[in-house]
Amino acid sequence: MAFNYDSYLRLEKMPTLWCWGCGDGIVLKSFIRAIEKLGWAKDDVCVVSGIGCSGRFSSYVDFNTVHTTHGRTVAFATGVKLANPDKHVICVAGDGDALAIGGNHTIHGCRRNIDITLIIIQNFIYGLTNSQTSPTTPQGMWTVSQKAGNIDPTFDGCALAIAAGASFVGRENVTAPKKLEKLFVDAMTHRGFSYVEALSNCHINLGRKNKMANAMENLDWIDSITISKAKYDKLSPEEQLNLLPTGILKQDTKAREYCDMYQEIINVHQGKRGVITQNDFEKKI
Amino acid sequence: MSTREIISSGNELSAIAAVDAGCRFFGGYPITPSSEVMHTISDLLPEVGGACIQMEDEIAGIAAAIGAGMSGVRTMTATSGPGISLKAENLGLAQMAEVPLVVVNVMRGGPSTGLPTRVSQGDVAQAKNPSHGDYKSITVCAGTLAECYTETVRAFNLADRFMQPVFVLLDETLGHMHGKAMLPTVEEVAAGIVPRKSFGGSAEEYHPYGVAQDEAAVLNPMFQGYRYHFTGLHHDKNGFPTEEIETCRKLIDRLFRKVDEHTDEIELNEEYMLEDAEILLIGYGSAALAIKEAVNVLRAEGIKVGMFRPITLWPSPEKRMHDLGQKFDKVLTVELNMGQYLEEVQRCMGRLDIEKLIKVNGRPFSPADIIQKVKEL
Repeated sequence: MAFNYDSYLRLEKMPTLWCWGCGDGIVLKSFIRAIEKLGWAKDDVCVVSGIGCSGRFSSYVDFNTVHTTHGRTVAFATGVKLANPDKHVICVAGDGDALAIGGNHTIHGCRRNIDITLIIIQNFIYGLTNSQTSPTTPQGMWTVSQKAGNIDPTFDGCALAIAAGASFVGRENVTAPKKLEKLFVDAMTHRGFSYVEALSNCHINLGRKNKMANAMENLDWIDSITISKAKYDKLSPEEQLNLLPTGILKQDTKAREYCDMYQEIINVHQGKRGVITQNDFEKKI
Repeated sequence: MSTREIISSGNELSAIAAVDAGCRFFGGYPITPSSEVMHTISDLLPEVGGACIQMEDEIAGIAAAIGAGMSGVRTMTATSGPGISLKAENLGLAQMAEVPLVVVNVMRGGPSTGLPTRVSQGDVAQAKNPSHGDYKSITVCAGTLAECYTETVRAFNLADRFMQPVFVLLDETLGHMHGKAMLPTVEEVAAGIVPRKSFGGSAEEYHPYGVAQDEAAVLNPMFQGYRYHFTGLHHDKNGFPTEEIETCRKLIDRLFRKVDEHTDEIELNEEYMLEDAEILLIGYGSAALAIKEAVNVLRAEGIKVGMFRPITLWPSPEKRMHDLGQKFDKVLTVELNMGQYLEEVQRCMGRLDIEKLIKVNGRPFSPADIIQKVKEL
């Protein structure tokens, strides 16, 4: 029997504002299947989004939902999570949202390792505002703010998240929705900060002026620049240069989660233990 | 009222008040001269099972605080003027989505980085409209050490009553002043807590923003079976984005009317020796300490002066100031800024012949400054 998404959707909000053929819908459906697989009660889940096409994600799903200001998704979610450590908090953001205006919050969410899953719908462009350069727009592509060709170097968000201390980092491609669903399940099951990039198409605002004017051409391009981590690791640096690895790129199950550590602060102040010292940590500097 | 005596500073008293008033979350970022609020509450909140988090910047500090507030927790942030400038956008979100929140601003000299360790009242105008768009600010201003406590408590109750951010203005003088404060007991404060309204019916019948045109949103805590939506966009009765013409108009109209039609619940003033006064002094915050002393000295010399001190600055006590403007020929405003509240006094009194005494060099008023000015009138 086909999967029934209806009970997780706010059907009265359909159709979405996303363009015909947009990959955001695949992310939405993969996310819903992942939640179903996890068996989480809808009341126990909070979905927080920012601004951009991805910002509307939260209004379509029947959870406790928050549509915040541009880039501040993780900061709002940190407040929700720390005040409600036993609930599930998921952020959905775009590449401009989470890596440009909200870059600082993304970095520090990763560093704290607070138990939030950050899903970035990474489509290499500012979509909702019509084709401006994002931190992930490949150099040499046309954007409306750099019509002569983008000269700005690109961010590898996953590498950034790994360096910043996220304990789970993964990337998948909307052309592989089952893998995306599995990655979401793994990320949301993981206790700690999970950074997940879902590579998606924006044939309207990226593709149209970059020779991939329909969804399939844009998706084919994404397929052509992605490769599983297992295969990627076997390649030479020259061969890796223009490829993005997919799958789970990092998982550290020993890293301590922020709410758990904050409980230790509570224990100190309630006289249940002595103050926290450097001896409590393996890494001293 | 039973009282207790505490020797503390204004910043510490504000933090103590927050926890006594049921605050269980603080999100902040270090900034002089407000940091002691965070230092104090970082010890107090975990004692009662709450949480205090120092975020990566001012924007994240208020964002985390609002996030906790959306989930149903009494929540707070504290900062100074430069921090308010950074928090402005999210203050707008809290106004639009009607999330209760207390924002303490310990004022220092501005503009820009200004005079970080020196006193000012330069953020009074900012407190009225820190963010873009139309909304109605509620701002209280402590004028004594004890009020650093009592006004913080009042701010939490106002925030939950009107479902919006409430500013508590302190200043560097009060924030760092150490002294004795006579405070209500913890039990008394607890008994006076007015929790935010909640809806107990079925989820289908719940419309968080579908309230009377002079009322605040009724936002149930998250995770309890009422799955609605928060957004800074114009929204319908269930919180979902809309551009429907009448819904948009009514939303902004309601954000004003929920405050404007209940100012009697918000207004608070002190009137000192006004009965037989011939000269009216108007001031607030720490400046009022010097004004009161000046009134006492001038009275001893036979000069009949009195003080009007708004404790709620926004919305302003329009009617009372209008009446005072009719009664007094000579009116002098005393402010540690270029006359930010003077403009409001002029508006309320409907006249421009108001004298002003200002100071913008980072130093507090001395009573002698005010005595001299009054004698020159």
